[in-house]
Order: sequence, then structure tokens, then C-alpha cells
Amino acid sequence: MVYGFGLVRGMGVTLKTLLRPAFTVQYPDRRVGLIGAARAYGISTPGLIFKRPIKALRALLGLERIAVRPTQSPRFRGNDFTWYEERCTGCANCAKYCPLGIIKIVTVPGGIDVQEGESYAIETFDIDTGRCMFCALCVEACPFDALHMGTNFELSNFQREALVITKEELISQPKYPSTWFRPQMEESAYSPFDDLMEDMKRAGRHEMPSVELMTERWVEERKTDEAVDD
Amino acid sequence: MPLATEPITINVGPQHPSTHGVFRMRVTFDGEEVIDVEPIFGYLHRGSEKLAESRTYTQIVTLTDRMDYVASMNSNMSYILSVEQLAGIEPSPRGVWLRMIAAELQRIASHLVATGFFLQDLGALGTPLIFTMRERELVLELFERLCGARITSSYMRPGGVFMDAPDDFWPALDRFLAEMPHRIDEYEQLISGNEIVMVRCDGVAVVDSQTLINASVTGPMLRASGVDWDLRHRQPYEYYDQIKFNRPLATASDNYARYIVRVHEMRESLSIVRQCIEQIEPGPVRPKEVPALIRPPAGDAYVGTECPKGELGFYLVSDGGVAPYRCKVRAPSLINLTLLRDMLIGYKLADLFVTFGSIDINMGEVDR
Repeated sequence: MVYGFGLVRGMGVTLKTLLRPAFTVQYPDRRVGLIGAARAYGISTPGLIFKRPIKALRALLGLERIAVRPTQSPRFRGNDFTWYEERCTGCANCAKYCPLGIIKIVTVPGGIDVQEGESYAIETFDIDTGRCMFCALCVEACPFDALHMGTNFELSNFQREALVITKEELISQPKYPSTWFRPQMEESAYSPFDDLMEDMKRAGRHEMPSVELMTERWVEERKTDEAVDD
Repeated sequence: MPLATEPITINVGPQHPSTHGVFRMRVTFDGEEVIDVEPIFGYLHRGSEKLAESRTYTQIVTLTDRMDYVASMNSNMSYILSVEQLAGIEPSPRGVWLRMIAAELQRIASHLVATGFFLQDLGALGTPLIFTMRERELVLELFERLCGARITSSYMRPGGVFMDAPDDFWPALDRFLAEMPHRIDEYEQLISGNEIVMVRCDGVAVVDSQTLINASVTGPMLRASGVDWDLRHRQPYEYYDQIKFNRPLATASDNYARYIVRVHEMRESLSIVRQCIEQIEPGPVRPKEVPALIRPPAGDAYVGTECPKGELGFYLVSDGGVAPYRCKVRAPSLINLTLLRDMLIGYKLADLFVTFGSIDINMGEVDR
């Protein structure tokens, strides 16, 4: 073979790659032209020019930017958690399974109390995501499907303390649970990227019994207990 | 009158970008020639083996992810096989096939990283590394579909895997398998036979196979010296005995041979994944009877598996409790690194990092 042929052949590959569409993705936002901006805002290009001329001008000058959301799989384990307070019994299985011991749960007897001591109210439910490694073993351990991985990952912060997710934050944040270890969600074709799942009943296999049902059960149990005592 | 030169000692690393992490070499040069190399490691020591003693068997899977973070699936598999042998767990067939698919995909990803950074160390700044990273991205996307994470996968569990692959995984895997051979052809066009690469790598850092065997070096480094030693073939674990694959060998045992063996192994991995897809059958991925908290009987177990870098083995000793009494890791990166001195003496400064790159080490695994 001619000396130097290897180099030429290699250059052929670079040339071929040059003509291919770019593989890289602009993040967190990308510049759009007039047509791209119109598509991003969901209106036609003439509509953009006449209705929002400033935006159209900016797009023409190449200043208009739109946010890019990278494609993720529904099983994506994000840097946050989704938690359903109604489902959680405070059994602390998640805290026991956590390899780093970063879930802190404090419970007090009471809650939706049928009888004191039968159910527990959760006082503290802290997850220290600053130390978390997102292995999702806590999610696997949860017997009531109360804790799920979230899908958000843009959660950088300047303070270490702010990385601790408290109970209030867990309750108030929008719920986009990941389908990691939740086959029932995959079966129902749920996607965390366009489906908000506020309803705790949709999230899992088990349903917490209503207060009336629990009261009824408790009364039944007491009846049988009394019968045995007699 | 000949010019008298004094040996000069240079400290490379631990914060040097070409050391693939935090690794330090004390190199003594005579002019431009290397006369002594002293590898110093331990900068990334996290005490994984000790940490394992205070964690349950399932929790340790997360530690194995962080040992060789370029090939976490293979680390997972090696550890899980040890646990299964220790506790006498019979894995589900579908789980085993899925584990093999994941491990072979990870081998491709790891070899891509090895090839890319080897050429980066060679001075091919940019192009080959970006090419290989582009293809690695395809594998990582598959892993994201499979287990929700790209690098620290924690996919495998004693008895199988944590969950079956989603429906959209299989078409994506088929697309990847159709695309990847062309991409490997491209690397071969770009790099193999390139005159600059040949001049820099051919006949550089030659070690004879006897030295390699004596130093218990394994993996592509040993196969590049013509020794046909692949644990998938010699001691078949999982279902590798039902799979037909070639073991690419080279005889030169120089930097170029180590590179070319890796490229050919990628093709073999693709063929293994294809055979796995043909043989996989529906069923449970994890037997129901495996408890969440495993208490193996007192005893010990060692399983060595063929990881991208060599034989990775976990030696577990159980005293009957929920956590292992002792967990010893036989890390291929560390053992392959021990021959650095023999490989480099007599070569030039410019060959230092190329040779280091061709060993393909991962500091997370060297120091653990």
C-alpha cells in the first residue's frame, strides 16, 4: 500500500462526518431562527411576524433562545423524589434500605387515628439529597408504593442545607414520578414527561383503606376479641 | 567531547489530565529516555472493601458501581455471581440473559472509552475521542431505558435483574446493533493503519507473554500477547457456554496490538448480544423466593468474570450475617498497572502516556 494512504482514508471519515447532521445537543437552551421560533411557540411563521414582531425580529437576529429538555427514559432516576403522604405508613423500610442512611423519619402515634397506636402520623420525612447516590433502593423497599424517584435533575444549589428535601417540600412539589421499579405505571403507559400524577391512587398497586373501612374493621376485630374473651 | 547528562526525576500527576484520574508516577529520565518509573496510587481510595462489611448484600451493589465506573454493569455482574454462589441462589434464565446483554453492551462502552482516551493520549486531540464518546452515548441511552441511570446502574440483583427491560428497549437495541458495525468500521478506517498511529504505537512498550502471565495480567492486555485466556471461554459463567464467539488475539504485544484487540472484541460483543437476543425467552427476571435480606450460610465464594479490563473477582466471606465478613476485590486495573515499569523502561517520554493509555485502567477500580 502507498505510504500515506491510511491518513487519506482517515480524512475521508472526517469528511463524511462533516456532512452528517450534528450529533450534539444544545443545552440548556438553543438559538432558533424564525421558523424554529414559530414552531416553538406553536403559531405559524406569518402569525409570529404580525402578532409578536419583537420576537420575530429577535429570531431573525439570532437572539431568540428556547429551552431544551433532553430526552429521558421514563425510568430515569432523577435527583429528587416523589412522595405520597396518604400512602406512607411511616414504616421506615426506605430508611432501613438506604445504604447511606440519609432518610430521616420521625413518627408519632396518631394520624388518622382510629385508635391511638394503630396508625402513625409522620412528623419528619427528610431526604438528604446532598449525600444521596440515587440508587433507588428505598423505592424498591417501599411496600406501599409511597416513595418514587422523581425525574427532575436540574437542582443545583449553593447551600448544602437546601439540598435536604423536607416533608413540606415533598408534599408541595409537582409529582412526576419515575417508573423505576413501578411496573404498574409502565403497564398503564404513563410517561413522567407529560403526565402530572397528583392522584395517589393512580400511583400504585395498593390502596390505603378509607377511614370508614378501617373503623369498621377495628370494630369487627374487637367483637371477635370480646367473643374469645367470653 | 560527548555531552554529559544527569538523570532527572519528574513527578507526573496526581492532578495530571493524562493520568485518567488521580494517579502519580515518579519518572526518572536520562535525556528523553525513561530509566525508571515508580507508580504511586491510592489517591482515590474510598475504602469500598471495608464499607462493604457494614452493608447488606443488596446495598453493596451500589458500591460496585463506583469501583469501575466505566464498566459498572460488569462490576455488578461479578459481584452478583459471587453472592449467588455464596447463598446458593439459582438465578432466573431471563434475568441471566438480560445480565449478559447488559454486560456485553457495557464492554463495548468501556472499550470505546479505552480506545478514545488511548488516542487522546497519543495526541489525536478531539476527533477519535469525540467519535467514540458519540457511540458510547448510544449505549448509555440504552442503559437509561433499562435501569434509569447511565453510569451508576445498580441494575442487577441476586437472582437476576431488578426489573424486566421495557418494551421500547428492544427496538432501540436492534437499531444500535444495526448501526454499530458501521461505526466500528469507521474507527478502523480512521485509525487502524494510519501512518502516524503506526509509527507511534507499533513496537512500543513490548512485553513478552511470560512476564505478563507471571504478573497475573489478564484481559485484552494478555490477549494482545497471543495468550488465549478469556474467562468467558475458560470458565464459562452465566450462559456463556451456550454462546459462540471468537477470541481476538494479537501476537505483537505492543500498544497497537492492545488497541486492535479491543476493536475486534467490540465486534465479538455485538455478536454475543445478537445471540442473547435470539435465545432470550419470556419469564420472570428474578425468582420470587429470593428474600430481600439475604443471609448466606457461613462460608466463602469467589467468582472471577471477564471484565473489559481483565479478570474482576469478588471474594466474599460470610459469617452467616446480613453483611459479608470480608469482601476482597481482585481488581484488574490494579494488577495490569503493576507492569508499567517493565513496559516503559527504555522508551521515550512521548511513549509514557500512550502506554499508560493502552493499559486501560480506571482509577476508581485501582484504588477502590
